[in-house]
Amino acid sequence: MQVKLTIFRYDPENDKKPHFDKFTVEAEPTDRVLDLLEYIKDYKDGTLAYRRSCAHGVCGSDAMRINGVNRLACKVLVQDVGTTLKVEPILGLPVQRDLIVDMEPFFDHYKSVIPYFVGSEEMPQKEQLQSPEDRERFDDTTKCILCGACTTSCPSFWANGNYVGPAAIVNAHRFIFDSRDQAVVERLKILNDQFGVYRCHTIFNCTDACPREIQVTQAVGEVKKAIATARLD
Amino acid sequence: MKHHQYEVVIVGGGGAGLMAALYASKGASTAVISKLYPTRSHTGAAQGGVGAALGNAEEDNAEWHTYDTVKGSDYLGDQDSIEFMCKAAPEVVYELEHMGLPFSRNEDGTIAQRPFGGHTNNNTGKPVTRACYAADRTGHMILQTLYQQCIKNKVNFYDEYHVVDLLMSNGAAAGVVALELATGELHVFHAKAVIFATGGHGRVWEITSNAYAYTGDGVAITLRRGIPAEDMEFFQFHPTGIYRMGILITEGVRGEGGVLLNGDGERFMERYAPTVKDLASRDVVSRAMYLEMKAGRGINGKRYLYLDVTPDLVNHYATLDGRTRPDGRPYVTSAEEILGKLPDIIDFCHTYLGVDPVTQPMPVQPTAHYAMGGIPTNMRTEVVIDAKNKVLPGVYAAGEVACVSVHGANRLGTNSLLDLVVFGREAGVRAAEFAQGADFQPLPENPADFVRAQFDALRNGSGSEKAADIAKEMKEIMFDHVGVFRVEEGMQQAVEKIRELQERFKNVRVADEGKLYNTELLNIWELSNLLDLAEVTAVSALARKESRGAHARDDYPDRDDRKWLKHTLAWLEDGKVKLGYKPVVKTKYEPKKRVY
Ligand SMILES: Cc1cc2nc3c(=O)[nH]c(=O)nc-3n(C[C@H](O)[C@H](O)[C@H](O)COP(=O)(O)OP(=O)(O)OC[C@H]3O[C@@H](n4cnc5c(N)ncnc54)[C@H](O)[C@@H]3O)c2cc1C
Ligand code: SF4
Ligand code: FES
Repeated sequence: MQVKLTIFRYDPENDKKPHFDKFTVEAEPTDRVLDLLEYIKDYKDGTLAYRRSCAHGVCGSDAMRINGVNRLACKVLVQDVGTTLKVEPILGLPVQRDLIVDMEPFFDHYKSVIPYFVGSEEMPQKEQLQSPEDRERFDDTTKCILCGACTTSCPSFWANGNYVGPAAIVNAHRFIFDSRDQAVVERLKILNDQFGVYRCHTIFNCTDACPREIQVTQAVGEVKKAIATARLD
Repeated sequence: MKHHQYEVVIVGGGGAGLMAALYASKGASTAVISKLYPTRSHTGAAQGGVGAALGNAEEDNAEWHTYDTVKGSDYLGDQDSIEFMCKAAPEVVYELEHMGLPFSRNEDGTIAQRPFGGHTNNNTGKPVTRACYAADRTGHMILQTLYQQCIKNKVNFYDEYHVVDLLMSNGAAAGVVALELATGELHVFHAKAVIFATGGHGRVWEITSNAYAYTGDGVAITLRRGIPAEDMEFFQFHPTGIYRMGILITEGVRGEGGVLLNGDGERFMERYAPTVKDLASRDVVSRAMYLEMKAGRGINGKRYLYLDVTPDLVNHYATLDGRTRPDGRPYVTSAEEILGKLPDIIDFCHTYLGVDPVTQPMPVQPTAHYAMGGIPTNMRTEVVIDAKNKVLPGVYAAGEVACVSVHGANRLGTNSLLDLVVFGREAGVRAAEFAQGADFQPLPENPADFVRAQFDALRNGSGSEKAADIAKEMKEIMFDHVGVFRVEEGMQQAVEKIRELQERFKNVRVADEGKLYNTELLNIWELSNLLDLAEVTAVSALARKESRGAHARDDYPDRDDRKWLKHTLAWLEDGKVKLGYKPVVKTKYEPKKRVY
């Protein structure tokens, strides 16, 4: 079958403003959108710029807007999205070239929520024990690959880039609900800020966008609840 | 051109690089340079588990782990390094847990473990539960946890900087040259010690589980600087890649009771490995699959087989095998248990195949997976450059890029993640120690000239050849002739073909003249690395006239310890491969016939 792609192009070094290029490629229904981009880069236009690595949805490199929805190009097949495709960079972060956006602001938000384990001073000789139920409590949010699809689909983030965004909250959640962690209150305080969880208006775009099928909105809700019931002063 | 100075520079932000960073930064100014954001590294793709004889569910010990690894390596692994790694294993796994790694748990709260190929109870010969796991995303959790700890410890990162050269002065490390992707600018990093942790090179082959980024940059850069590559003919083909795509289906599926079936519906591994069956070592299973398909017993006569983990079938064979849970109850699984333990595998199958593994079998074929060979190091991760193991001061390597060699001719599942953390840590400690006792070597004059010349050549080719065509032809010939099974003629053909491709490559031209994110330039430079590695691999393989581990020859079907119990060293001199050999380190394990 033939697939028609309309792809966002912008090279700040040479272009005054962005434009779209059209390509038509032969494809199988089971091809990944990433396979089509690779074909275009290999045989039609070597200058097309995008990120990719693992090609099976685990590294988080290739989040982009495909027909208006945030997806990983390596995790959607032609048969899932049809034969007319519009491919654009994710929204809310500055475009550096074509489908590549500046991820630094995204990672800065991530780093702001203490996204690491804070253990107790005294560690046992062997492992810290944790029951399967306690482990299950935060299982969902350990799956995050920091692709940015959620945060860049969020109207609150588009409206104000200072909002930490769902991805950062997901990563805070992963530690807040880990029975072994010792910095829960500090994280809740950070997320209680004006640019924290209350910017979330439960629009659910993030949950729809997440390629790891994390219940993002639910995780944000659980953090809100934890803030409401914790003593943060 | 920008200049930077750090005592220790680490090339690569995967499991090995980050572990090295955590330790090096304790004793020396340190920077991690990575062509990908660290969390995009391929360690994140590892699924099944990290091996350590914790003995949480049943009896196990480091000695058994050592023996299994020596045997798995087909006796080519260096036994001192293997002992060191297996002994350190429980302690590093506890260390990861203390860093917060969310391992799956047993009922009693300890770390959960599952069986994996080649890991056995040395008394009974039966599979032992040694793979510590976090569902089927163990590598993801290791990578995330180490990155998180690096943030906590304020490690310096240069993300999306592509290292393209190693600098040396007075026969010692002086630094590296890197291209900043965002700007196209070259940067010189002046360093006392350089640690390579750049991962593998599975992109040499057509069907592979490896990421696009797996282009062997570390080995190619060091080859160009006169450092040899060790045991490159040993490349692992994992038995279960998704048919045609190569995406990995973890051995953990068989650990949970999954079974391989041929076109007759037969569990053929019973014939090849009567004791451990589907959980034999990877080389053994991949070869058995190849033979089944060659005999016309693929599914519908095609070149794939089924991996079946549907609960009824699993339970049927578990009963026949007399498999029990660690507490002695008979092993009976359910759809829920499989969903809970293998969520990502199920997701991959839904997404890419439209198959539900709980009710349908998965079509699989062997897929190029792991480089046992690489930059030669001793057990202190110091790079060694000749048959006498002469140390190259200040240069270190760890992780998949390195050949310590703990994996010898065939790596056991779960031993790579273990290798990363054990030898990553070692590299960090050693490099910082070295830096404390050494001065900076002077930078060579015009340090970026060597890479500039390489890039200029890529920009000034005639344009009569397409890089993509050359890549395709390389991958096909390597998969067909330097793959699971090999013969003289085929390998000879591969060597000639790669040489022809090397010539044709000179006519490739980079079309993109831009500076910002010029990924075309770097992709084509990476292809030059792959071609060099393909040539070294094919030449090393052609010379080895025996079958050992992953190097299986139809024309020399037996292992020949008298002539070939030795490591290959390959140098690239003026575009020609030169071979040498060095002895294997033996402590107490005498080579024996390998049966599973
Ligand atoms: C699908 C899959 C499943 C696996 N499952 C398991 C398992 O269950 N258990 C197990 O033990 N092993 C497993 N392995 C093997 C194991 O995951 C890898 O061998 C290991 O993660 C490699 O780690 P590394 O740190 O050496 O390299 P990586 O994690 O790949 O990191 C390499 C780093 O180097 C950087 N880099 C590369 N080239 C350059 C350059 N030129 N300049 C700058 N930076 C560069 C990259 O950006 C990256 O950060 C699996 C492998 C695959 C592919
Ligand atoms: S929560 Fe999901 S969408 Fe958001 S960054 Fe993580 S993996 Fe991506
Ligand atoms: S390329 Fe890794 S997630 Fe798509």
